[in-house]
Amino acid sequence: MTALILIVLAAFLLLAVMLGNRKSSARLRDIPALLHLYRMLGLSVEDGTRLHISLGHGSLLDARGGSALAGLATLRIIAERTSVSDMPAVASSGDPVLGLLTQDTLQAGYQAAGVDELYVPTAGRITGLSPFGFAAGAMNISQNENVSTNIMLGHFGPEAALLADASDRQSVTMIGASDNLSGQAVLFANTQDALIGEELFAAGAYLGAGASHVASLTVQDILRWLIILALLGGAAAKFFGVI
Amino acid sequence: MRVINAIIAIATGVLILGGYFFPQLAGVQTLLLNWAIILAGVATLVGIFNLISVHTDKIRRGEKGSTYSALLVIGLAATLIFGMLLRPQHDAMQIVLNGIIVPTEAALMGVLTVSLLYAAIRLLRRRADMMSIIFLVTAAILFLGSATLPFGDIPLIGTLIRPWVSQILALGGARGILIGVALGTMTTGLRVLFGMDRPYGGQ
Repeated sequence: MTALILIVLAAFLLLAVMLGNRKSSARLRDIPALLHLYRMLGLSVEDGTRLHISLGHGSLLDARGGSALAGLATLRIIAERTSVSDMPAVASSGDPVLGLLTQDTLQAGYQAAGVDELYVPTAGRITGLSPFGFAAGAMNISQNENVSTNIMLGHFGPEAALLADASDRQSVTMIGASDNLSGQAVLFANTQDALIGEELFAAGAYLGAGASHVASLTVQDILRWLIILALLGGAAAKFFGVI
Repeated sequence: MRVINAIIAIATGVLILGGYFFPQLAGVQTLLLNWAIILAGVATLVGIFNLISVHTDKIRRGEKGSTYSALLVIGLAATLIFGMLLRPQHDAMQIVLNGIIVPTEAALMGVLTVSLLYAAIRLLRRRADMMSIIFLVTAAILFLGSATLPFGDIPLIGTLIRPWVSQILALGGARGILIGVALGTMTTGLRVLFGMDRPYGGQ
């Protein structure tokens, strides 16, 4: 029942914050990795290099789907901004359902940019079905396709280190975040500007995906404070023998 | 068409979510999840065709790394054909699995160990800040504390510091990160349920 109340509260807050924020622009704190990503979007178009967006191997049929959906929202913006480039962005994933949605999202980005005819289905790829198979296929893209930035947003385990190492060898900039603790530790050690925890879900808001993305950041902050208060309250109650 | 896609996706999402809280919807939830599993199976076939299409395209254009693409396509076709003819349980298919696929993944795991060690060594050169120092010191304490040594645990580190760091500090931090990820997942899911994000059916 607590989970249902939390979901209903989050839904109500999301709608309320989104409607409340319509007229004013939100101020977001600086996250160096996301500012870097924003800069790289423009640079890649100018210098004729490609962005490689890797969405991991999280299945949409389980709890790992959340990070994949966040990655897809970011991919939609990147596809729209880079679709007119000589070297349009390439996306890779390690799950078949996610692969289909990757292609659909890329196509939507091209349609939004008004260059639907430039879309090629092979821009969205399924590089492997096991974590290592996926990583090996994604490494191939970053090594052979004139990639300037590897963006990893989704579910990655320790195999992210292989991709990071390949990026390092090719002097490719790497920005990554995972919902998995092992993957996150690996990406922390391997990237210049690390994204920790929920920052994975902030990418859309920082790239200008719309009011709903900014509103969901505000809702996350509100819920986080509520959880902190509940934890502190519970600890105090336990300490004083109330519960 | 896009509106119909959105209605189907949102209705399906609401019914599946509802199934977790209302027992009356559990049957519908199971049915929809079973359909999703069948569709995921079909998506796997589509994924394999996508893989073949990407790599045959590379071979045709003679792009960099096309030799590997050719090996991949030949390997995939041979495994598929022989797997269908002989069945996956056949001795020859087991040899392919145990002699090629498993050792290759094990080799990648070995490369991963070296990559992680190299990344740890380079971390301070890449980003010399307090977080990196804490990260490395924590990793060193955990390694030293859990290492199998001929004389047993290192006094203090193995018996007191490592359990305290891993059970209190690291566990607390991990839970904090997971709570953040869970909140992000929930708001992302709600955006999809409200139709604000539609990663399906075009724009």
